[in-house]
Amino acid sequence: MKYLHLIWAALFRSKTRTLLTLLSVVAAFLLFGMLDSVRVAFNSSANVEGYDRLITTSKLSITQALPYSLLTQIESTPGVANVSYATWFGGIYKDPKNFFANYAVGPGFMELYPEYVLPAEQLQAFNSERIGTVVGESLAKQFGWKIGDDIPLQATIWPTKGSNDWHFKLVGIFKLADKKREGEERQMMFHWKYFDEANDFIKGQVHWYVLDLDDASKSTQVAKAIDAMSENSDRETKTQTEQAFNQAFFKQIGDIGLIVTAVMSAVFFTLLLLAGNTMAQAVRERIPELAVLKTIGFSNGSVLWLVLMESIVLIVIGGAIGLAIATLLMPAVSAASGGAIQLGTVPPATWLLGLALMVGLGIVVGAQPALRAMRLNIVDALAGR
Amino acid sequence: MERIKKGLGNLGVVLVLAAGLAAWAVLPWYAILAIAVGLALWLALTHQGRLAIAASQMGVASLPQRWGASAVIVVGIAGVVGVLVALLAMAEGFEATLSTTGNDGSAIVLRGGSQSETNSIITRDQIPLIGDLAGIARGKDGRPLVSPELSQVVNMVTKADGTDANAQLRGVGPNAWELRPQVRVIAGRKFNPGMRELVVGQGAKKQYVGLEVGNQVELANNLWTVVGTFASGDAHDSELWADSETVANTYRLTAFQSVTAKLAGKDGFAQLKAAMAADPRLKLDVDTTEHYYSRQSENLTQFLKILGIVIGTIMAIGAVFGALNTMYAAVAGRAREIATMRAIGFRGLPVVVAVILETMLLALLGGVVGGAIAWIVFNGYTAATLGSNFSQVMFQFKVSPELLWNGLKWALGIGLVGGLFPALRAARLPVTEALRAA
Repeated sequence: MKYLHLIWAALFRSKTRTLLTLLSVVAAFLLFGMLDSVRVAFNSSANVEGYDRLITTSKLSITQALPYSLLTQIESTPGVANVSYATWFGGIYKDPKNFFANYAVGPGFMELYPEYVLPAEQLQAFNSERIGTVVGESLAKQFGWKIGDDIPLQATIWPTKGSNDWHFKLVGIFKLADKKREGEERQMMFHWKYFDEANDFIKGQVHWYVLDLDDASKSTQVAKAIDAMSENSDRETKTQTEQAFNQAFFKQIGDIGLIVTAVMSAVFFTLLLLAGNTMAQAVRERIPELAVLKTIGFSNGSVLWLVLMESIVLIVIGGAIGLAIATLLMPAVSAASGGAIQLGTVPPATWLLGLALMVGLGIVVGAQPALRAMRLNIVDALAGR
Repeated sequence: MERIKKGLGNLGVVLVLAAGLAAWAVLPWYAILAIAVGLALWLALTHQGRLAIAASQMGVASLPQRWGASAVIVVGIAGVVGVLVALLAMAEGFEATLSTTGNDGSAIVLRGGSQSETNSIITRDQIPLIGDLAGIARGKDGRPLVSPELSQVVNMVTKADGTDANAQLRGVGPNAWELRPQVRVIAGRKFNPGMRELVVGQGAKKQYVGLEVGNQVELANNLWTVVGTFASGDAHDSELWADSETVANTYRLTAFQSVTAKLAGKDGFAQLKAAMAADPRLKLDVDTTEHYYSRQSENLTQFLKILGIVIGTIMAIGAVFGALNTMYAAVAGRAREIATMRAIGFRGLPVVVAVILETMLLALLGGVVGGAIAWIVFNGYTAATLGSNFSQVMFQFKVSPELLWNGLKWALGIGLVGGLFPALRAARLPVTEALRAA
């Protein structure tokens, strides 16, 4: 640490070169911050940890409905604590581009999702209002909805009295405490009972049941017991953990992780070359100075550390600026896209991975020049040989 | 005073450069060819041009001495071009797959407001009403060329990792093959009406377990025999086809989900649309299949294009700094050489042109390498995503010549920016000082 001013002076020896290298590092980590946040957001909605819920869907496909009568059977399965259910609505708010998930839910659904934080009086209002609906905070913000508003949805599947126009009354706005799962605030839920009575097509149909257990470790047995009840009927079920269900779904959208890794490999490989070249140049120019340092008593080890720290400091400064810009930029991008692209902030996981990458890159980049500096022969170096 | 003049000069250069890059982005290929020819003529025919060639030759000849530094430009730009081309190729491949699925000679009828087949319902009594509407072509037997269809999502196991994926099972009427001439059976045969037989798309066969001809698969608790494979080169490649009546029986469906119809003549669609609107019994939407399928690709394609350009731009900024760094170092390293040239009579312009040409050459090399890697790795690479029918659509990356050309334009643009400022510094080098410096 006491050599910090030396490292600092070395960095600003050639201002243009340091600045240009720094800006390349900033660009690389800006990209890393944005892409990795997307990856983390994507994975965290697939990996809901700490909540051991099971999801029961039709074995044939998730678009097939299950009978409502299954509810009592699932409720009486040993090990099941609470059960609720939902039916996909797929309505459109004004324009198909305003896509968000909306579905009809049975009683007790919101209580099964304690991480969806809904004030108690709003939950009560929801339970007592027939056409009531609750939405996530992000969604309410995007469309400027307030409690008490009438929310019209255009049905794509289920008409009511021959028309596609449905109306709901907003009674509650929930939010997710976990910032990583902010994407789940783009949902709207309303009463299954209202939906079941008012739609023209189907009665007593449910797309998925969601349940929690007395003992989370028994999930495999309970899932098997539920699926066994409908075995060989024409409405066979498939019960799996919420995690497995989400993962299978997100995997189908595309391998985001692979794309992010591929792009970032290309970026960091280039950065490695670029910063490596800068450091090699910096050391080459300073050979006589390094020789002087050694002459006045700096050990080989300290010279190695000086050069290595210089490269680490350069990349950490650039990387931190890049990630900071990403943090500022992402809400702006989300706002500019009018909600079409949802980016949260840079999550702690990305900062941590980013810091590890910065230090790692700094070491790899600085290793060769640092070794060269360490092995300098004072006499040769001073003589300019 | 000197400083202010230089600062203003630099500002002017930046403004001209920004305008130049904007023009460069929209220039068609023949305008760029004209610029290249003009530049070549200037180089070959004028005195200054020949001096510029001589200066460039010296620069290029010394390249092997600083390969490490020059590689930064080549690799940096190759990275930008490779990533940009790959992402845009993904967008283009998806767009091409869906837009070729439809054509303007056929129409698709869905329930009003339903947007996609999965959400739609068309009752059986509506089918003959639709068939009788004006604007629909008739076959040799005088019956309307319509195919009432069902589209069901079925769980299939992927070959890649054994997880469940949503596949689309399409129940089609007897006219479906005539309505979609691009669908050809490449192995086995078509299904027989009334039998539980499947013909599978080549993409589906590749992606899911157990769809080889002759195999039996279980769908909705019934065994189906795979009797053939078809190829269409579009979104149908991801589907499993069967007889619509058999699918309806199996899934106990009393209604159809969509009707695809061949349009009669040029104004067939307008006629059909008008006739549909005039019949109060048909609260249905009609669209050309071309528009219906292109619309499905719009969102994702748009998203991928924006993503590609944003990532490309950020990477390009990084690459510009890399190129600037390298070329400043190169100019500094050759300060004496450049000063000597200036002293023996080379004017500023040839020196500027020489440095820029050298950077552009490296940039071009990087662009070619990046484009080639993207083409070799990604052209024809198969990927899948969830389509608007809640089922998997397989598509292939399409690295088209236009994309490669675009990539080269990006590369040369980066080279221009990265070379210009070091070139100006070289031209402004104070001759006496540079000669005196060790």
